[in-house]
Formats: sequence, structure tokens, C-alpha cells
Amino acid sequence: MNGALDHLLDRAPVHSATLLIRGAHLLDPRAGLDAPGDLLVRGGEVAALGEPGSIEAPEGAEVVDAAGLHALPGFVDPHVHLRTPGREDEEDLETGTRSAAAGGYCAIVAMPNTDPVVDEASIVSALRERARREARIPVGFTAAVTVGQEGERLSEMAALAQAGAVGFTDDGLPLRAARLMRQALQYQRLAGRCIALHEEDPSLSAGGVMHEGEVSALLGIAGIPSVSESTMVARDCELAAYEGGRIHVQHVSARETVVVLERARAAGVAVTAEATPHHLLLTDEDVRALDTNRKMNPPLRCEADRLALIEGLRAGVLSCVATDHAPHARQEKEQPFEPAPMGVTGLETAFAALHTDLVATGVIDLGLLVERMTSGGEAFGLRVPGITPGAPADVCLVDLTAEWEVGEGGYESRSSNCAFAGRRLTGRVRMTIADGAVAFRERSFAIGAVA
Amino acid sequence: MNLLSVDDLERADIERILGRAESFAEVSGREIKKVPTLRGRTVINLFYEASTRTSSSFELAAKRLSADLVSVKAVGSSVDKGESLKDTVQTLSAYDPAAIVFRSPYAGAAALVARWSPAAVVNAGDGKHEHPTQALLDLYTLRRRAGRIEGLSVWIVGDVLHSRVARSNVLAFTRMGARVTVCGPPTLIPRGIEALGCDVRHTLDELGEADVVYALRMQHERMAGSFVPSLREYATNYQIDGRRLGGGQLLMHPGPVNRGVELSAEVIDSPQALITEQVESGVVVRMAVLYELLAGTPPRGSQTGAGARSRWSSEPQLA
Repeated sequence: MNGALDHLLDRAPVHSATLLIRGAHLLDPRAGLDAPGDLLVRGGEVAALGEPGSIEAPEGAEVVDAAGLHALPGFVDPHVHLRTPGREDEEDLETGTRSAAAGGYCAIVAMPNTDPVVDEASIVSALRERARREARIPVGFTAAVTVGQEGERLSEMAALAQAGAVGFTDDGLPLRAARLMRQALQYQRLAGRCIALHEEDPSLSAGGVMHEGEVSALLGIAGIPSVSESTMVARDCELAAYEGGRIHVQHVSARETVVVLERARAAGVAVTAEATPHHLLLTDEDVRALDTNRKMNPPLRCEADRLALIEGLRAGVLSCVATDHAPHARQEKEQPFEPAPMGVTGLETAFAALHTDLVATGVIDLGLLVERMTSGGEAFGLRVPGITPGAPADVCLVDLTAEWEVGEGGYESRSSNCAFAGRRLTGRVRMTIADGAVAFRERSFAIGAVA
Repeated sequence: MNLLSVDDLERADIERILGRAESFAEVSGREIKKVPTLRGRTVINLFYEASTRTSSSFELAAKRLSADLVSVKAVGSSVDKGESLKDTVQTLSAYDPAAIVFRSPYAGAAALVARWSPAAVVNAGDGKHEHPTQALLDLYTLRRRAGRIEGLSVWIVGDVLHSRVARSNVLAFTRMGARVTVCGPPTLIPRGIEALGCDVRHTLDELGEADVVYALRMQHERMAGSFVPSLREYATNYQIDGRRLGGGQLLMHPGPVNRGVELSAEVIDSPQALITEQVESGVVVRMAVLYELLAGTPPRGSQTGAGARSRWSSEPQLA
């Protein structure tokens, strides 16, 4: 299963790098690797690993002096909005994948809630074609579960899978009708592919724009209760169990949901789930000032929820970190909180924010964060990057001591609605190698000598 | 300096505003009700939501302080043509207003205006969040009648969920030392409201302990959202009428009243009701707010009066 659908990922043509990374601290918890060493990238693969100074640079290789840096397996984000087609003013395949590479990602999965919605095979084909020209790193495209994401009738799931959709989701919207959810699970037997779910019962959440709790009571803002998420997750776990289907729960926000997921997994339901950096690090207290860059769906919940998410991440109930990178034009975020659109960007800050607030503070260890940031493709049948000889070269070099301030601007992304704007973070991605090619190199990061 | 939330006001700030309103009440008794305090300065009333008493009393307040007044309503303005709030505010700010009085259907919108404009901003209602001048005029009215606020028990009854008046008044009454209880059907009391520092009740059984009963407007559209099964049933459980309102209790309501829903006709017309006085107080309290915001600060470009106040709590420098 691991990597079985890697062939559905597309990117622009690249030159495979020949790169000797010297003296980095190599860390791959799955491979039991946690020591300084040399890493040779050649022919798209991790060609060799060795003690520091033990690997001779092949002719023409670029030698990167990585002393003081960590070499980690590249990250995989199962949840990115590339806004293409339709809102290329907010993001396109080139800027979105560049942004991902700058965040240490070597593969991402794009959501289908575009304009038009990705609900026809021809749109999947067109996007894949475009990715083969524009994408800096491999991208997989999901397709909608229902036509137009309207929740009325199933999209042509088999045809969409045939065209190369890597999974199905109506992300941004829930599948309201249980009957339709059941039919999608039945059709999954034909189409294959994971069904990823934005879980929210709209009859409970309608009109809400932030977490329902003390802060929303104080602000007089309509709330989105936690149970609008957990009750839908419970329903869909039951349906997945009944139909023998496989589901992935997107952006879990509530502690009640973590409990539901634990129970379902214990009962053997094939369910994975993701958590975002903002839900892991921020709460509704951070919404008090009504900064629209803290507005997203599901909303930032309370401290008890945040702590439950961290526990879920630790236990693996939340199997991966997803950014739900959701670019919005500046003028759309520059309005009062209630009418402003939901969503925040996050590709370029995900690792640094989690490292700063969870790893540097000792809440979780670096190895666990690396595991959760690299496993995002697993639910979709995409590979989990690893630093092992012969594996595809998906590596990011990070400086865990580098401090930087998240600015109002200066992103690789075309949009700047980042929930961590203004924060000082520790940990900086210096270089990203995606499937054998250099996808990102920090401008100030010295280019190594050519042997 | 702005007035965005009751939460920004210390008790001393509130006392000062109420005291100032007292002195303007004397002006209102004169034949010529004007003072020259804000002569040559501009006040803009920018209302994105329907309003009768708030907008008209702010207009009167500005005029009685001799300010030049411009009233802009969203309907029929450039807002109708799709202009963003930011552009509208920056456009109006180019006229160099001393103050913008702003009402919006959205929480936090007045704070945004304050960020985008150098003018002093008065929140005249932002969504269901706050309506600070209503709370101030309620305090003023109650203090005039009851002589004090400290130690009083105030029951706020009705649709707290959708009420900015409720939120501002819970904050204002508690800051002045009153004990506040909110009461209404569980569907109309927001989860977590206790965080404001009030008690919660769902029946009027203990209403007798209240010194002041503050009824909120019950809007007909709440039935559509099935927040209450029917107005008839709501009235049965929550209407303040002659049986429920004790002889020593005072009755307040922000208006407009639904006769026969939240209040019975007999209590509206009773001497215990302060409803008309609340409306009257609107003008002098809003004069006091404009005065406190603007009179201590010189017009921009003026060479005199270097020490502009930055916060409500700092010492006033009265003109």
C-alpha cells in the first residue's frame, strides 16, 4: 500500500540532483536513524549513507556543508488548497508548490473545492497536465465526492480515479446526507481511493464563525459547537464500519472527536485522521481580538481541545499533520470577522511553529513530529518518505536553532493570511529535496562547492 | 481615543461620563440647548444597520455640541455599490472628522474602523457584541432614579443570545458594583455567558430578588429559528407583567418594545418603568461621550494642547 499510488503524483520536469550532504544530523525515526552522517543523493535516490566524512563526493556532485543542520525525511501534506483553477490570484500550482517546498514538503495533496470544482475526469486530467509544467514538487489531486460539491449526487468516482484522482473529498463542506455518504463508501469498492471528510453537521454549525464557548459568548458571535464535528465523525465511522470502507477525517479540532476516533480505531474501523498546526497550537483565546487570520473552519477551540489533540497526535489516533493551507486574497480578509472567509495559510510555518511550541518546549519529541509530518500521504496510498539507502530522495535540511519572525508578507505563497504572522519561531527549512531534485533552497543558505 | 467596548472603561471613567451627562442635562433644560464645545469639528454618523433612537440621539448630541454633522447610511451610499468598509472609512476620514459614530451588523467592526481611521470612533453597536453608549445611558437613567447602582440586583430577561445590549449591560452593571442575573429560555442564553460575571436563570421564579428588571426585545424572527416554540409560550414564561413585577422593582427596556410579548401594557405605562427616561438620557449621555472623547484633544493641526489623552483612564484635560 505504501507508495502504491505514487504514480498519480505530478510535477514539472526536473534534473535529478547529485548532492553530497555532509555532516548533517540524520534523523529518521522509522529507520532508527538518529546520528550525524553523510548523505548522498544521486539518480533520484538516497544513494548512500555513511559516517561523517566517509563518503567521497562523486564527480560533479554538489557538496553541501550541513554541519549544525538536521536532515529529515521530507514532509507530506495531505491537505492543501492550491486555488487552481479559478482563484489563481490567491495561489496557483507554481506558487503553492514553491510554498510547500519552502516548508520542507516533498509532496502534497490538493483539494478539489476550486472553481470549477474538480468533479469531472477532464478537470483532473487538465490539472495533472498543468502540474507537469508548473509544480515544483509532486502533487496529487483529489476529486469531489459529489457533483459540484453540492451533496446531491455522486461524482463519477470510477472515471475520476481512472483519470488519476488520488482520493475523494468534498472538503470545505460536509456530506450532509448519511445516505450519500453510504453510497460513496459503496462506490469506493469500485473506484478505490480514500475518502477524506470535512466533518461538520451544518444543522448544528450553521451561521457559526468561531468555537462555541466563553469567548464566543463574550463576543456575541455565533458559535460552531464541538459536537457538530464529533457527531458527524461518529456517524461516518459507523457507516465506514458497516460498508467496510476506508475514510480519513480532515482537520480534527475537538476533543470529543478524538474520543470518537479512539473508539472507532479500537473497533477496527479503517479510519485515519489529521490535525493542523493551528489547532495544535492556538485556541479561541487567540480569536479575542477578532483577527481574521485566525478564522478558519473548523474553528480554533479551547485549551482542553488543544491538549486532547496533542495527546491524539502522540497516540497516533491523529496519524498525521496537515496544514489545510487555504490562501485568501488580502481584501477578503480585510473586513470584519463575521463576513471574512474561513481559512489560513500554513505550509511555510507548519514545521517551525510545531517545533517551537511543541518540540522546543518538550511537549513532544522531534522524532514524533517528524513521523507525523511525513505520514500525510499514507491514507491516500502515497509513500512515507524515509532516509534509507535506495529510497526515493525526499529530504529536508533544517536548522533547528535558527530564529525568525513570521512576517506580514515575504511568503513564497501568493497569499499571506497566516495564523502565525508576527510570531517568532525557532527552526528554519534551509533546503528541500523532493523525489531526487532540489525543490527549495533558502536564498541566504550558502550553495556548496562543486566537486 | 475611542469608545469601542464597556470592557475598556474603568469605573472612574464611567463615573466621569455620567457626571458630565448630568451637567449636560442642565443644558437640555435651557431654551437654547447648545454649547459651543465642538464648534468647527466634524462628526460622522456611519450606520450600516437600521437605527432610530441611537442615530437620532447621536445626531442631536453632536448638534447640541455645535459640531458639523454628516450622517451616512449604508443604503443609498457607495456601500450599496460594493465599496469595502476599509475604502468607505478611508474616504470619509479624508474629510478629517473628529469622530466617527459607527454601527455595523458585525462584531469587532468598530475596532476595525478605529484601526483604519485617525478619528475617534464610537461604537454605536457592532453585531451582537456591544452597544456601550446604551449601557452608559442605562446606568445614567438608573442612577438618577435609584440614587445608586452599587449593590443593586439587576435581572436581564429575554433573548440574551442575540443581544449586544445584554452584553454591554452585564459588563457595565457589574463594573459599577451591581449583581447581574441573566434569565431566558436555554435556547437564548449563550453557552459560556457566565464568563461575563453574571448568574444564569431559566425561570422567573426568583425574580422577586431583583431591584431592577431589564427586559430585552424579543424579535419575531426568533420563532423562525425555533429558538422559542411560540411567542405566546414565551410570553407565558417570560413576560414581565403586573403580577410578576413587584411594587418596589424598577423596569427598564432598550426599546423598541413589543407590547404584549416581553412586557405587558400595564407595566410599560406604570410609574416603575424607566423606558421613556432611557430615551431622554440618550442625548445627554452621548453628548458626554463625544465631549469626553473630543474636548480634551485639540483638533489635528492645532499647535496648542500638546498632551492628548491616550486612554479613558488617564486624567482629563478639559477645554
